[in-house]
Amino acid sequence: MSRYFTEDHEWIEVNGSVATVGITDYAQEQLGDVVFVEVPESGKELTKGDDAAVVESVKAASDVYAPVSGKVNGGNAALADDPSLINTDPEGEGWFFKLDLSDAGQLDGLMDDAAYKEFVASL
Amino acid sequence: MSMNSQGRPTRSEGAEMNAAQETFTGNRALILEEKLIFESGSIDRTGIDLPAAPDAPSKLGGLERTVDIGLPGLSESETVRHYTRLSRQNYGIDLGFFPLGSCTMKHNPRLNEKMARLPGFADIHPLQPQQTVQGAYRVIDELADWLKTLTGMPAVAMSPKAGAHGELCGVLAIRSALEARGDAREVILVPESAHGTNPATAAFAGYKVEDIPATKEGRVDLDALVARLGPDVAGVMITNPNTCGLFERDMKKISDAVHAAGGFVYCDGANFNAIVGKVRPGDLGIDAMHINLHKTFSTPHGGGGPGSGPVVFSQALAPYAPLPFVEKQGEEYRLVEEENAEEHHASSFGRMVAFHGQMGMFTRALTYMLSHGADGLKQVSEDAVLNANYILRSLEDVLDAPFAPSGPCMHEALFSDKGFADGFSTLDLAKGLIDEGFHPMTMYFPLVVHGAMLIEPTETESKDAIDEFVGALRHVVSAAKAGDANLKAAPHHAPRRRLDETMAARKPVLVYKDSEAAT
Repeated sequence: MSRYFTEDHEWIEVNGSVATVGITDYAQEQLGDVVFVEVPESGKELTKGDDAAVVESVKAASDVYAPVSGKVNGGNAALADDPSLINTDPEGEGWFFKLDLSDAGQLDGLMDDAAYKEFVASL
Repeated sequence: MSMNSQGRPTRSEGAEMNAAQETFTGNRALILEEKLIFESGSIDRTGIDLPAAPDAPSKLGGLERTVDIGLPGLSESETVRHYTRLSRQNYGIDLGFFPLGSCTMKHNPRLNEKMARLPGFADIHPLQPQQTVQGAYRVIDELADWLKTLTGMPAVAMSPKAGAHGELCGVLAIRSALEARGDAREVILVPESAHGTNPATAAFAGYKVEDIPATKEGRVDLDALVARLGPDVAGVMITNPNTCGLFERDMKKISDAVHAAGGFVYCDGANFNAIVGKVRPGDLGIDAMHINLHKTFSTPHGGGGPGSGPVVFSQALAPYAPLPFVEKQGEEYRLVEEENAEEHHASSFGRMVAFHGQMGMFTRALTYMLSHGADGLKQVSEDAVLNANYILRSLEDVLDAPFAPSGPCMHEALFSDKGFADGFSTLDLAKGLIDEGFHPMTMYFPLVVHGAMLIEPTETESKDAIDEFVGALRHVVSAAKAGDANLKAAPHHAPRRRLDETMAARKPVLVYKDSEAAT
């Protein structure tokens, strides 16, 4: 199992051919208190870069992009009732959706933990 | 703490407020603590005596309501007092400085009100015979002339009722023009420095929205925009002056590039106040632009009156402008509508509103123009820009102004929260300003700046008023930088302490529910 990061402050954890996607701790801190989340429906085909989910905080509404291409394999239903999970546990319980990867090769362009930390420090 | 039936605290909360400061009633001097209207009076009380309903057989076939309707029961005087007390807790431009960036909260001249209340304007109906409302049509036509002259554009649609409605009008005209040449383009480009309504409008009109980044100096990245142009791009929506408070210097180059690629240029004219009489958008190659009469031309807004967003069009888009519009034929004004549009306006994309637009706002805006004259309108924009630059330079030593090195700002000054103590945010600063008696500025917008504070003084504030605001803001900024715990708990003196905005958004209570009333 390995975890990757994007410059849009999303994380993606890959377990076999299934990837779990969420936003990073840095992203939730920038957003502030999250008040609404919309996750994609299962079965939806996403191409890398597509708008996949919506996250709305007291400050702003943002799109969450598909970090890689794939077919949605479940969204995190718990977020509808308790969007604060994104603030309290963004890189765990606050995951957004799972994807069946269609092209594992796309993972190669993403950052690992150390590279992402360096990226955030540079902002 | 005393709570009302909705579980909200009914009086100001604050541990540091000692018992001696609390009053028995919860009122503070003659500022009265006001209950919800549903919590006042009683259901059996009315303002008017009516005879009891006659005992007649019901014709509703068992569908009659069997429980109370749950309406509040107050006498006329209680009702008047309720709303008057609430109005005393409201804050508006007639009470004080209102520095909301991008909102152009300027003074609403009383002469405008006097003119709008003339019976010949106030007491007419849109369905009256046209011969009986020639004066009103003349107002619409003369205002249209002013707007066309000030923008250097050949046509104007007067009917759109607000800024975003005007944006939709412009984008629908672009869509119609493209359809007329059989060109199915799908994408509208929106720079980061544009108003948030621009991408919303493009999406609402069925377009795919793509962002264009801003440069480090806060303007549209021309190279990125030109690189993205192509046969799928219907147009761009640009706000100029933009939300960083800067003039888009490359506007003409942008327009030329978009036109060369077969697209159209929409300009969000919400910030027109900075350039009236200085720049004609038509000269910059713009195809459509809405004008917020309720910002630039001083008609009331923000609860004080409806918006009005006429849209000016280039020659290329003019044939697609919506109905209806007023036209002068000889000495007579007439309305061009569906019935007579085929004569010379057959390509119109249709109608956006039932009638002619916001007549009351047209009268106010024309009054404003006539009372200022062309030279006065030019001075309005000069003074608005001067005031904003005065604020920018009066605060840049204590607040981070990311685009200050880009040169003078236009009508609004933008700052970031850089340098605040850990845990202190723009929100804390805003609450501190409320304690000081100022409405906060626009916050967290535009998104290109961290913890953004966007301040627009407009030309109607005096130097004294701005100095007072700057003094208060400098005081609150120093508290935010020092990490003053008092600021974190602000506001201390408002009718309510800091509200839980997160809870209000996550679990909003939108409807009054009383267990005994019908649902």
